[in-house]
Amino acid sequence: MTTETTKGKYNVIGTRPIRHDGYDKVTGRAIYGADIKLPALLQGAVLRSPHAHARIKSIDTSAAKALPGVSAVITSADFPGAHDTLIDLGEGAINFRYASNNVMAGDKVLYKGHPVAAVAALDKNTALEAAALIKVDYEVLKPVSTVMEALKPGAPIVLEDLEGQDLGEKIDGQTNQANHIRHEFGDVEKGFAEADIVIEHEFDTAMVHQGYIEPHNATATWDEEGRVTIWTSTQGSFPTRRQTAGILRLPDSSVKVIPLEIGGGFGGKIPSYLEPVAAILSRETGRPVKLLMERTSVFESTGPTPGTWMSAKVGVKNDGTITAATADLRFDAGAYPGSPVGAGMMCVFSCYDIPNTRIDGYDVVVNKPKTAAYRAPGATQAAYAMETVVDEICQKLGMDPLEFRIKNAAKEGTRRADGPIHPIIGAVETHEAAKASDHWNTPLEKNGSDGKLRGRGVASGYWFNIGLKSAVTISVNEDGTVALTEGSTDIGGSRASIAMMAAEVLGIPAEEVRPHVADSEGIGYTDVTGGSRTTYATGYAAHDAAQDVVVQLRERAAKLWDVEVDEIEFANGSYQSKSDPELRLSHKELASKLGSTGGPVIGSASVDPEGAGGAYSTQICDIEIDPETGKTDVIRYTIVQDVGTAIHPSYVEGQMQGAVAQCIGWALNEEYFLNDDGAMVNSSFLDYRMPTSLDLPEIETIIVEVPNPGHPFGVRGVGEVPIVPGVATVANAIHDALGIRLRTTPMNAGSILAALKAKK
Amino acid sequence: MVEKIRVRATLNGEPVDFLVAPYVSLLDTLRDELGLTGTKEGCNDGNCGACTVNLDGRIVDSCCVLGAEIDGSAVETIEGMAEPGKLHPLQQAFLEEAALQCGICTPGFLISAKALLDKEPHPSEDRIRFWLAGNLCRCTGYDKIVKAVQKAAESA
Amino acid sequence: MHPFEYVRAKSVDEAIAVLAKHGERARPLAGGTDALVMARAGRWELDALVDIKHIPETNVLELGSSEFRLGSAVACYRVYEDEQVAAKFPGLVDSASIIGGIQIQSRAGLGGNLCNASPSGDGIGSLIVHTATCVIAGPNGTREVPAEDFCTGPGRSVLKDGEFLVEMKMPMPQKGFGAAYERFTPRNEMDIAVAGVASSVQLDGDTIVSARVALAAVGPTPILSSAGDFLAGKEATAENISAAAQAASGDASPISDMRGTAEQRIHLVGVLTRRTLERAVERARESN
Repeated sequence: MTTETTKGKYNVIGTRPIRHDGYDKVTGRAIYGADIKLPALLQGAVLRSPHAHARIKSIDTSAAKALPGVSAVITSADFPGAHDTLIDLGEGAINFRYASNNVMAGDKVLYKGHPVAAVAALDKNTALEAAALIKVDYEVLKPVSTVMEALKPGAPIVLEDLEGQDLGEKIDGQTNQANHIRHEFGDVEKGFAEADIVIEHEFDTAMVHQGYIEPHNATATWDEEGRVTIWTSTQGSFPTRRQTAGILRLPDSSVKVIPLEIGGGFGGKIPSYLEPVAAILSRETGRPVKLLMERTSVFESTGPTPGTWMSAKVGVKNDGTITAATADLRFDAGAYPGSPVGAGMMCVFSCYDIPNTRIDGYDVVVNKPKTAAYRAPGATQAAYAMETVVDEICQKLGMDPLEFRIKNAAKEGTRRADGPIHPIIGAVETHEAAKASDHWNTPLEKNGSDGKLRGRGVASGYWFNIGLKSAVTISVNEDGTVALTEGSTDIGGSRASIAMMAAEVLGIPAEEVRPHVADSEGIGYTDVTGGSRTTYATGYAAHDAAQDVVVQLRERAAKLWDVEVDEIEFANGSYQSKSDPELRLSHKELASKLGSTGGPVIGSASVDPEGAGGAYSTQICDIEIDPETGKTDVIRYTIVQDVGTAIHPSYVEGQMQGAVAQCIGWALNEEYFLNDDGAMVNSSFLDYRMPTSLDLPEIETIIVEVPNPGHPFGVRGVGEVPIVPGVATVANAIHDALGIRLRTTPMNAGSILAALKAKK
Repeated sequence: MVEKIRVRATLNGEPVDFLVAPYVSLLDTLRDELGLTGTKEGCNDGNCGACTVNLDGRIVDSCCVLGAEIDGSAVETIEGMAEPGKLHPLQQAFLEEAALQCGICTPGFLISAKALLDKEPHPSEDRIRFWLAGNLCRCTGYDKIVKAVQKAAESA
Repeated sequence: MHPFEYVRAKSVDEAIAVLAKHGERARPLAGGTDALVMARAGRWELDALVDIKHIPETNVLELGSSEFRLGSAVACYRVYEDEQVAAKFPGLVDSASIIGGIQIQSRAGLGGNLCNASPSGDGIGSLIVHTATCVIAGPNGTREVPAEDFCTGPGRSVLKDGEFLVEMKMPMPQKGFGAAYERFTPRNEMDIAVAGVASSVQLDGDTIVSARVALAAVGPTPILSSAGDFLAGKEATAENISAAAQAASGDASPISDMRGTAEQRIHLVGVLTRRTLERAVERARESN
């Protein structure tokens, strides 16, 4: 279902124009990171560890250096050694020292795929051949791969210098526990004592990858002035600049990042992996160097989202009121601290109004790649625990799961378990829309063809969304069109939605705004494309920059007509005198007179808005299981989501549908499969098994609009919350079909078969 | 050092005559030797379809073909799909239906979908989903891609 | 990747000459969908790839009165797009239409699938249950090997240095013959078998005169199961098919790996044997 949502309130917002960058993308003209060509360009390759955990005893690069066509071979010895500084990247923080160690291992390799050396050569194949000639002498160490193993006394220690924390206290001695934090509110013991039903379960989820189709890439030059220029596919030019500069120990201003088109990220293209390596190779060779990552390395070496161990406990009264809830979320961070467990804690109970809560979160290092943000990082795992427990409670109570959620829904003024008070939010409206949906009101025939069993699941999820910094400038052309420059790299159509907001303010068609993503020296500081912030915050900046244009155009009209600025009003795309109705110029007409009234008009804005406003999604899923093979097919899926205001409804729907596809893959098949040596063995698209077009049904979308008071057009971030409830939704559907609760992901055919057998 | 091989082929309707190292894939040949970067690399092992091109009337993963193998053949890439100034109906439908987000898989999907519609002008939804299963997209959930192909089929 | 030469062979003898010269450092190139991936991943270190697609004998697709000849370089699509072949060999079509996606099927063929000798190869079982004979050319002339004897281990076959597969020959199905292949994969396409089973039956009325059942991904090579012999002479009943499925499960000797556990695979072999036998019987009856 597509919903025309804005109900005639706006001229541009809510319509579906063709995206500005679309023509280049359907014709192959768009230049992505791997497409860049520079004069005298060298090609690089990275040698990576075959071991999950090993000490590097020595590296012999002599044979590689001797290969004809090789220009440079580098190891960690060629890196300056970054400072121990923690910086925030918008969706997760990094420590420069660890970030440097992650892009090139020091004395230890911490995961299979950890870089140990890199080569620059005249062509790609020579670089690869040279990398294979580098001899690394490893002392293989015992790896530790899961949170619970890593927390056991005597577990192999991943980072020997890690200073662990537990509830604010430093942990004595070596540990894999980077942190343990807690949010506590009310009296949970009292709350559980008041409950008539208490349900508690434990969960394990496998590490999964974002799965973007474009591998990482970076091209760098290090010039004679000591300035580094980077061409790359990134979710943020400025965060890439900061990471690269920090790792290279350069001032931020010595690094320029030129963002090229990006082939998907979902959070995974916030960290820098290749940029500093390409820069050092360029420093060593005096030529530009390009690095392209292989698919295997994308899986093995770039940030997935954590595997977890979790427990959740919820108490309710017989009337369906939640009295208390606790959760223990233990996330594997990968090889360095910084899992999204904090975000999981912020979301786990946030669909509900619960008087007594306690949430524990553990950030634990293991011998796996450093995790990165993945679409509402941490929230999907947490929702899997909470929403399957809630489903069981509804079943015990005999209560409609949507009624239960409406009864207990968080509302404006509800205190979130981690402290903040909810502003105006759409939890109730989202659940009401799900209840009214065709899907929910169409009974499911429980018996499928050929003995297959069907089930329906429902679950909800919350994501807080973020604001952060964005800058936009708008230059008015004499023909009335405007050029909009922004710093948010466009990962899925944000140019269009940002341009539409400027067009709405200026009273011109979306097509007459030409959006452009500038490099890090062409626009003011702009944070990552992540956290569902781009349409919100960069759109906010576009609104403000357009308002700035309007202010200046009013001044020009005043000058033109020789009246006071206060005399000029702007309405319906025209500038007119309040007192003389004859004095009226459209935006286009006024633009044509700029040359004679003082020259070009440029509006600008730099914002750091705080009112991102949380978002909710409720999902309904019908599945069909072949009990003989354990195979699950999703046969119908509906996603309902509060989006605040849908700027370009097609791309809002696209975010919702894409997230659903990802969580179906996550629920049913995707996982990091490690061998006994802790090495990932399914690092290909063949064996990682992301859904194809044949694995998914039509994905029905229902857009709910509860405008966000923290944005001039009511925008809420839409990119992340749609993935949050998905895994739980599928789990609840599996239960409905089979009467079995699966509390481990992936819930694949093998585990369904095993559970069916155990049930017999 | 192995010597380069001379290859004469037809590329998007025009003759090409070039030298390529014998071990270089058609994908890298197009991107690095012939300057056509519209064909994308996603996996380099035949499992994502981002590098799909049309070779002698059939779609192939160009990462699984050698550049040297196309001697005497006709190759069509995304760069040859639109007529000057006029998009192919599939390209237009992809734009109108918002069938792309990041766009990296889009050239492969378009080449695959064109081969389907050239062969079967009015495929069912199931048939479209089956035919496109060799092309991975991680952004869209395929919904709008399938609808765009259906729309292009209707407009033809 | 080690740089290799590309040789486009125009004749069987030319291909043999190049292959023999390089020994194990040369491989035939047909569809390339496995060979190029293996070379790129460093699993094979090659000095030459010999393109055999331009040899007339490897391209043959010929339905004779008693024999079907399938060249080793014939791509999957030619099998399922040929109406006569599709009508006579639906089991081969089952296999040819699920090897990779449409792109892969434009290049990859059943011959390459066999030579790759993967235990999970989707085409090998169908060749076995069609009683295919592999025609191998080499420096010492031509020899023939039954399909079930072709694979000797994961990625290993009877091919010796200088030899390559030229074509596969299968008896033309007679009235009352039916075959089918089915695999289990978590995804609906673009996946690799967790387990696969090919079955064929020759019926005379309701009696199974002979049957073959071949198992994929449940041992180091595709396995010709005892289930076929078990069924010979028996009625095509649900009970007998069920017993045959049990026999097939007993013949499986799978490992547990990222694609599935041994227990799951043994179970799946039973399910798939029953399903493919049922379909083969159905097709056999339709052939009457």
